[in-house]
Amino acid sequence: MSAENTMDQVHQLEHHYDPEGSKTGMWLFLFTELLLFGGLFLIYAVYRSMDAEAFHHAAGELNKALGSINTVVLLTSSLTMVLSINALRRGTIGRCLALLGSTLALSCVFLVIKFFEWRAKYHHEIFPGMEHLHSLPNGEAVFFNLYFMMTGLHGIHVVIGMIVMLVMAAKIRAGKITSARPDALEYTGLYWHLVDLIWVFLLPLFYLTN
Amino acid sequence: MAGPDGGAPAFGTTGSYLDTFPGSQGAWGWLTTVDHKKIGLMYASAMFTFFLVGMALGLLIRLELLNPGTQFIGPRAYNSVFTLHGVIMIFLFIVPGIPAILGNFILPLQLGADDVAFPRLNLLSWYVYMVGAVMAIVSLFTNGGTPDTGWTFYAPYAVTTDTNVSMAVMAAFVLGFSSILTGMNFITTIHRLRAPGMGFFRMPLFCWGLYATAWIQIIATPVVGITLVLLFLERVLGIGFFDPSRGGDPILYQHLFWIYSHPVVYVMILPAMGIISEILPAFSRRTIFGYKAIAISSMAIAGVGYLVWGHHMLTAGMSDTARWVFSLLTFFVAIPTGVKIFNWLATLYRGSIEVRVPLLWAMGWIFLFSIGGLTGLAQGALATDIHLHDTAYIVGHFHYTMFGGAAVGLFAGMHFWFPKIYGRMYNEKRATWAFGLFMVGFNMTYFSLLVIGLMGMPRRYQDYLPQYHTGHAISTVGSWVMVSGILLMFFNLWRGYRNGKIAGDNPWGATTLEWKTTSPPPLLNFATPPTVTTGPYDFTEILEKGHDPEARS
Repeated sequence: MSAENTMDQVHQLEHHYDPEGSKTGMWLFLFTELLLFGGLFLIYAVYRSMDAEAFHHAAGELNKALGSINTVVLLTSSLTMVLSINALRRGTIGRCLALLGSTLALSCVFLVIKFFEWRAKYHHEIFPGMEHLHSLPNGEAVFFNLYFMMTGLHGIHVVIGMIVMLVMAAKIRAGKITSARPDALEYTGLYWHLVDLIWVFLLPLFYLTN
Repeated sequence: MAGPDGGAPAFGTTGSYLDTFPGSQGAWGWLTTVDHKKIGLMYASAMFTFFLVGMALGLLIRLELLNPGTQFIGPRAYNSVFTLHGVIMIFLFIVPGIPAILGNFILPLQLGADDVAFPRLNLLSWYVYMVGAVMAIVSLFTNGGTPDTGWTFYAPYAVTTDTNVSMAVMAAFVLGFSSILTGMNFITTIHRLRAPGMGFFRMPLFCWGLYATAWIQIIATPVVGITLVLLFLERVLGIGFFDPSRGGDPILYQHLFWIYSHPVVYVMILPAMGIISEILPAFSRRTIFGYKAIAISSMAIAGVGYLVWGHHMLTAGMSDTARWVFSLLTFFVAIPTGVKIFNWLATLYRGSIEVRVPLLWAMGWIFLFSIGGLTGLAQGALATDIHLHDTAYIVGHFHYTMFGGAAVGLFAGMHFWFPKIYGRMYNEKRATWAFGLFMVGFNMTYFSLLVIGLMGMPRRYQDYLPQYHTGHAISTVGSWVMVSGILLMFFNLWRGYRNGKIAGDNPWGATTLEWKTTSPPPLLNFATPPTVTTGPYDFTEILEKGHDPEARS
């Protein structure tokens, strides 16, 4: 048997091109992501029902304007994502890359705004592990801890999404993702919409509850 | 064998997957393979190593409990030993065990596919598993040493203990990822890669078991993942979700933990039930009784099993409404389980039964699991549970279900598919002896625990009152008998692998697709992709034409 045969084998396994199957896998993955956040939503629900007043009061500390701007930014980034996929399907690679770039830029804006929000809280010593936070009434401390856990986990997802987008951009440039085989970018889009969707729930739960 | 066009056969459709060719030699070839069969064997070698370590720890626990008072393990070290035993056995062996080892190897073969849907993701799952396993092992020796919380990591103690719980829970988190990836892979494989003609209700029941399992893996694991991360952050940052002094609730941790960890006992047991459903028809030459009932009951167990987690906290101070609802739901789970047991027994009725080693293990499984299941109902009942909670009875019960159920199912499957995996047969006489020793030892070990638990012996105690001495002594002696059976079994399988006699392609006369290819299967599983025209357990052909166990194609 020659080395050619091994390549054959790899080829055979790769050959298994099944977009329907990959999409099934991707949806299942998104489902697990939702459940990952689900645990936190559950904790939120329990503690809010135990001490709604403290949650109400603590929510007033968050900056509604910044939260709203960030929502617009993230929703717009989802739009550019869809347009980018559409451009790829039509084979207009330059347009696709430009739109993907804007999605990336918008997600950067999101993170920067988020950073300033977190930093302001940090200066007020409302941050996990800091004494002042511990000295707050119990319900409020739980609220802020949940705020940092949930927006933090969401932020990690944004960062992962950005890394994936960079990889996608490189692959599109290299001609590995094309209008004939756009699946990978579509899955990135699905993931990005999930990140978006979770934020749509985080906004009212944290910023708008008072 | 000639290829489909009469020329040379296509690569990967002849010979054995164990043959070496360029790019597949040595350790590197194994570590980079995307072949589901080899990945299954890689899981097997890692998991059986962990199993033997966990077993040695179990032996130590039993030895310490041989007599009252301290023998050679002090109280604090004892806490670490049983935690270690639990963590290794649960997270590294039983939970991933059957799906990762036999599921990986057998599922694509039974479906008539050449691999799982995502072969490279499959290899990634193995690496993620190994990273988690290494983290678990490192956590034992670093930063405060072996956790002493029990495998459940209950808050608040898990938050305050100075042992290395932080790393251990992150290890469990990583292992969970491996489990999720395997689950995704299997669901997609079952949806997309069934052979032409194989509708969902023509799938072998082992595939149904894996299908139900994979759904639980996907639905339940992320919840425990985030819970363990929060426990970790609670230790590092003091976020206080499970700390009453900061407005948290430790019972909430228990809820979140069991939302995963109860369904996960069905991850352990459903594939084992699938294996039993494969073995019984093969050795009674009858189609399985109530195929659809068994298939659907797997899904029913997965569904109802998701809703019963509260029965772990019946004495933890939940509301009375929650208690009776969880108790009732717990009784409901017993129904699909009972459906399966009766269908299996009905399969044997008027079959032409051939008593071979896999059938012995399957019958042993039914016996042990029935005890495990019925003793579980006593704990699901609210009144009796107040007496039984946190006693050795619980330890006896879950060893009957997890060890007697999940692990014995794996042993049964190993004996059933061994000739397919290696193309060789083990010594059946020695295997029978190993089975006998195991069964005697198992029941001595764990039945005594049921008895002394009823008498009031608490679980997780290093010392005990003299009235429990007899029970503990019987249990410890039993553990020696059981372990000698297990060691004999492994030795026998090892000998079979080295120089057992060559087995035919279908030594048992079974009917599912994996028996229609050669033993061991070629790299791409089938010379020609199979098509399916009947249900999975159609013995008409074998009964009419007879069956030659030596036959090889």
